[in-house]
Amino acid sequence: MRDRLLLPLLLAVAVAVPWVAEAFGTPATVGLATRIAIYAIAAASLNLVLGFGGLVSFGHAAYFGLGGYTVGILWEHFRLGEPFLGIIPGSADLLVTFPSALLVGGLAAAAIGALSLRTSGVQFIMITLAFAQMVYFLFVSLAVYGGDDGLMIRRTNAFLGLNLRDPATMYWLSLGVLVVWLWLLGRIVRSRFGRVVEGVRQSERRMAAIGISTYPYKLAAFTISGMGCAAAGALWANYARFVSPDMMHWTKSGELMIMVILGGMGTLLGPVLGSAALVGLEYLLSGLTEHWQFVLGPILVLIVLFARKGLISLLPARGRLRHG
Amino acid sequence: MALLVEQLLNGIQLGVTLFLLAAGLTLVFGIMGVINLAHGSLYMIGAFAAAFVAAETGSVLLALLGGLVAAGLTGMAIEFVVLRRLYARDHLDQVLATFGLILFFNQGMVILFGRQPIFVALPPFLAGAVEILPGVPYPVYRLLIIVLGLLVALGLWFLIQKTRIGALVRAGATHREMVRALGVDIRLLYTLVFGLGALLAGFAGVMAGPVYSVNVGMGEQILILTFVVVVIGGVGSIRGAMFGALLVGIVDTMLRAYVPGLLRTMMDASQADMLGAGLASMGVYLLMALVLLLKPRGLFPAHA
Repeated sequence: MRDRLLLPLLLAVAVAVPWVAEAFGTPATVGLATRIAIYAIAAASLNLVLGFGGLVSFGHAAYFGLGGYTVGILWEHFRLGEPFLGIIPGSADLLVTFPSALLVGGLAAAAIGALSLRTSGVQFIMITLAFAQMVYFLFVSLAVYGGDDGLMIRRTNAFLGLNLRDPATMYWLSLGVLVVWLWLLGRIVRSRFGRVVEGVRQSERRMAAIGISTYPYKLAAFTISGMGCAAAGALWANYARFVSPDMMHWTKSGELMIMVILGGMGTLLGPVLGSAALVGLEYLLSGLTEHWQFVLGPILVLIVLFARKGLISLLPARGRLRHG
Repeated sequence: MALLVEQLLNGIQLGVTLFLLAAGLTLVFGIMGVINLAHGSLYMIGAFAAAFVAAETGSVLLALLGGLVAAGLTGMAIEFVVLRRLYARDHLDQVLATFGLILFFNQGMVILFGRQPIFVALPPFLAGAVEILPGVPYPVYRLLIIVLGLLVALGLWFLIQKTRIGALVRAGATHREMVRALGVDIRLLYTLVFGLGALLAGFAGVMAGPVYSVNVGMGEQILILTFVVVVIGGVGSIRGAMFGALLVGIVDTMLRAYVPGLLRTMMDASQADMLGAGLASMGVYLLMALVLLLKPRGLFPAHA
């Protein structure tokens, strides 16, 4: 009984964050919660390939950055009033920029995945890293879009008459996307498709033996996961009103992986917990000392060495939403 | 022509530095199956320690010794405290734990030495240039790096091909289980290999100090290039590491030298420089992707 109430309870607490923050006079909490929700979207997406599929991608920050830059570049062209590549008009409406970000992230992930998935093991880790580095350096070198310094987005996207500059509105939007995305991922994971992806992690050879060609499944999972990261990036661009190549730095890919592990691989809520834990930990430690990474590093090592199952194992069984 | 020769030598110098790092990384991976992201940290620690000792004592030999000892000790500590527990784990755990180590070491260097890059002055007898071809002067120090690097490579080749320890290392890289089954003290072998890799990384760091600046983050910059080298050459293969290192070093240097100039003929100078630098940085990753697509196990795969 207690277990069944867990999810609605968590959701209610999450929805109430802005009001609670106001009541306690800590408005910064809303921004923190927004960051947690956005990273949770990205981490949950990575988890589809990493946790469920067992494919260790070390380059998912690239799709996060591409999603962000889609919003940024469309805004830049909207501001200048000249179409992108001479044909695509700029836009500052989230109803346009968000699907565009999904499209860009999906196409990039499909292209990169199609090539990378020909390898496996350590080579797969390295080739995904290499492609992410290529995308990173591409944006570093694009002077038109700010290069190394990044791109300011002066005005947040319009969205159904809502004001995304209001922290609470931005937070609820991010939370809404997160909830919908988790629900979708849950459906995906429980479908036949999801079971094949899970089967790939357990034993690719067995999958082949029962007559399933795994490549298209892996590629589809990789693409969906890239789209999710791009969605998170698009939200981030609106939250921070700024995009830069740092969004796709390889350490960002590492952070996303840590969130997945920290929360619990191959579980639906794990990445959300992982995101909350890592963003929260960074926030707490950086409040205590400028050298917070000096503390965070060993904590990560300890987690990998001794707490392999992640934070999710602390939750009662039903809340884990694990299958198989 | 003079520029070409100079850039070619610069490429070889970068390649030799990359080889020193790649040799350790590829052996550690080939023999223990561990992906060690903190390998770049050993390079950084070697560079910082040498810069510190050089500034305190002014002695080149002591600086070299300091860098090697610091990197070697750190490497052994990493192996003993963390990596030893990760040999049996999957790559994901290794990546994450060593990622944590990078954060720790980088911030540790910030605490000890600050964020400002340290520039290491060369002693007078190494600071000049010699004429390698008529009309083509080249810095003595960079030549020294090439020579020392090649000597180390030769020494490594001798160690691995001609000694008993080398035979164990080779056997360990290609037939890990068999070596264990034959009763070799595998833990000792692991520690030896890891220590050797740490020393080589530290040596590379010591030598790189005066060429580039010594700063926090130098480890990751070169680490990712080193991974490119290892993957191109074939994981676990020293020969592959040598070949890959020279290839990556030369390609990277050449692209950086010539791409911006090429672009300048098409667009205005500042844009061309920026785009050129970016495209040149992308080059080696493109090369790696190409190699992996054609030969998914690298050019010289160690495991037959």
